[in-house]
Amino acid sequence: MSTDSQPISASSPAFEFKSGVITIPVLNLFSTDINVITHQLREKIKQAPEFFTNSSLLLDLSPLQDQELNLALLVDAIRNSGMRPIGVRGGTASQHQDAKDLMLPIMTSQNSISSKQAAPVKVEIPTQESSEPVASTTIASTVINQPIRSGQRIYVKGDLIIIAQVSAGAEVIAEGNIHIYGSLRGRALAGVQGDENAQIFCSDLQAELVSVAGNYRISEDLNESNRNTPVQIFLNNQALIIKNI
Amino acid sequence: MARIIVVTSGKGGVGKTTTSAAIAMGLAKKGHKTAVIDFDVGLRNLDLVLGCERRVVYDFVNVINNEANLNQALIKDKRCNQLYILPASQTRDKDALTKEGVGKVLEELSKTFKYIVCDSPAGIERGANLAMYFADDAFVVTNPEVSSVRDSDRMLGILSSKSKRAELDEEPIKEYLLLSRYDPKRVKLGAMLSVEDVQDILSLHLLGVIPESQSVLSASNAGEPIILDENSDAGQAYADIVDRYLGEDKPHRFIDEEKKGLFGRLFRS
Repeated sequence: MSTDSQPISASSPAFEFKSGVITIPVLNLFSTDINVITHQLREKIKQAPEFFTNSSLLLDLSPLQDQELNLALLVDAIRNSGMRPIGVRGGTASQHQDAKDLMLPIMTSQNSISSKQAAPVKVEIPTQESSEPVASTTIASTVINQPIRSGQRIYVKGDLIIIAQVSAGAEVIAEGNIHIYGSLRGRALAGVQGDENAQIFCSDLQAELVSVAGNYRISEDLNESNRNTPVQIFLNNQALIIKNI
Repeated sequence: MARIIVVTSGKGGVGKTTTSAAIAMGLAKKGHKTAVIDFDVGLRNLDLVLGCERRVVYDFVNVINNEANLNQALIKDKRCNQLYILPASQTRDKDALTKEGVGKVLEELSKTFKYIVCDSPAGIERGANLAMYFADDAFVVTNPEVSSVRDSDRMLGILSSKSKRAELDEEPIKEYLLLSRYDPKRVKLGAMLSVEDVQDILSLHLLGVIPESQSVLSASNAGEPIILDENSDAGQAYADIVDRYLGEDKPHRFIDEEKKGLFGRLFRS
């Protein structure tokens, strides 16, 4: 049974148009040989099946530089591999016609890549190297007494201690720890050179973003129980922990 | 030496020019010789709000380019003989302003004036930067809404890092908050940021709250600075602000809704 079968009054809008930005994988094609493409694609999918299976995909034909390609066969092969092509960019007029026949939209190719890369699909699988903690004991800490305003950016090598607020739109960055005795409404990034032992302390968490050694969390993902409270932020096995203090 | 006040905000349409005109007139009416400069080159408005647009011959850019001297360009207000206006050029843009030129004009004005009010354009580009560069005091005009507060915060950051005082490592610019277009009724309904909210975000000394008022628009259109309208609450608010700036201790007004007789008082939470 459908759950959204409630009657909608004729006056209230049934939908709205909004522009949204999503990131989807782009397949830059360097070959027109469908067997080769299919083979290599399946190898890739094997490496990270949960990432690729049922993932939408944009086909970029511009690296082919107008070579002939049987788009219908290719799309079929990709679908059989488990991915879902949702559009085409670049390519020739006849390829565009093929795409239309396949009901695939043609995207404007403002960002199409024509560089010659070896791998047909480039996936960033996070490979965090556990670099040696940077010794920050020898570097003096910096103390700031005035508010860090929107648009200001502070970078220090050692520890950063702020005895005022950090406004929304401000950025405080330290290679060591960050202490904020005030509201943190902007961004705080500790251990930016890879020190995983770095921590952030603040007396009122309202941050846009907090990060320790590259592991970050944005405002939307903050736990409501941590918001507007004094917290300690640190890494535990690559996981960013926000703890009330 | 004159005291240079910049009226700034970052965001447009919050009431910088209205405030500049009111503050300058208020200081002049207190007997202090005051000059008010329109830094909004290309979008000249201050002369309209002060009702002297028909008397503009030379302007700020002419003086900077040595095409006219200061006395030729300064317009003496007809209502108050202590107030002088240096209008902006409407036919040029902000690139016509140079740091040396502005510095020279301000230095010359400093010899004879007690206060110089600089009406900053919106934005954080050249015009706004030059308006605040030489300032001693900053009146940050903010509306009780988030984007205005955010922009004011940005402006405060620039004041504390890019002004002459900051560059020479002198005593920093004194910053004051002016909260304009405030409507206690809407604050109570939760539709507008309260004074406390804004102060919490900006942590700034509050010089005054100017209530939202119909009389501001009609005063602007008539070319009368609102401070001359003693019957309007906005005019009174600006008068209070001038008094506070000059060191008088006046309680804040217009923050709470006016009491509505016995029943209103009984049912107030």
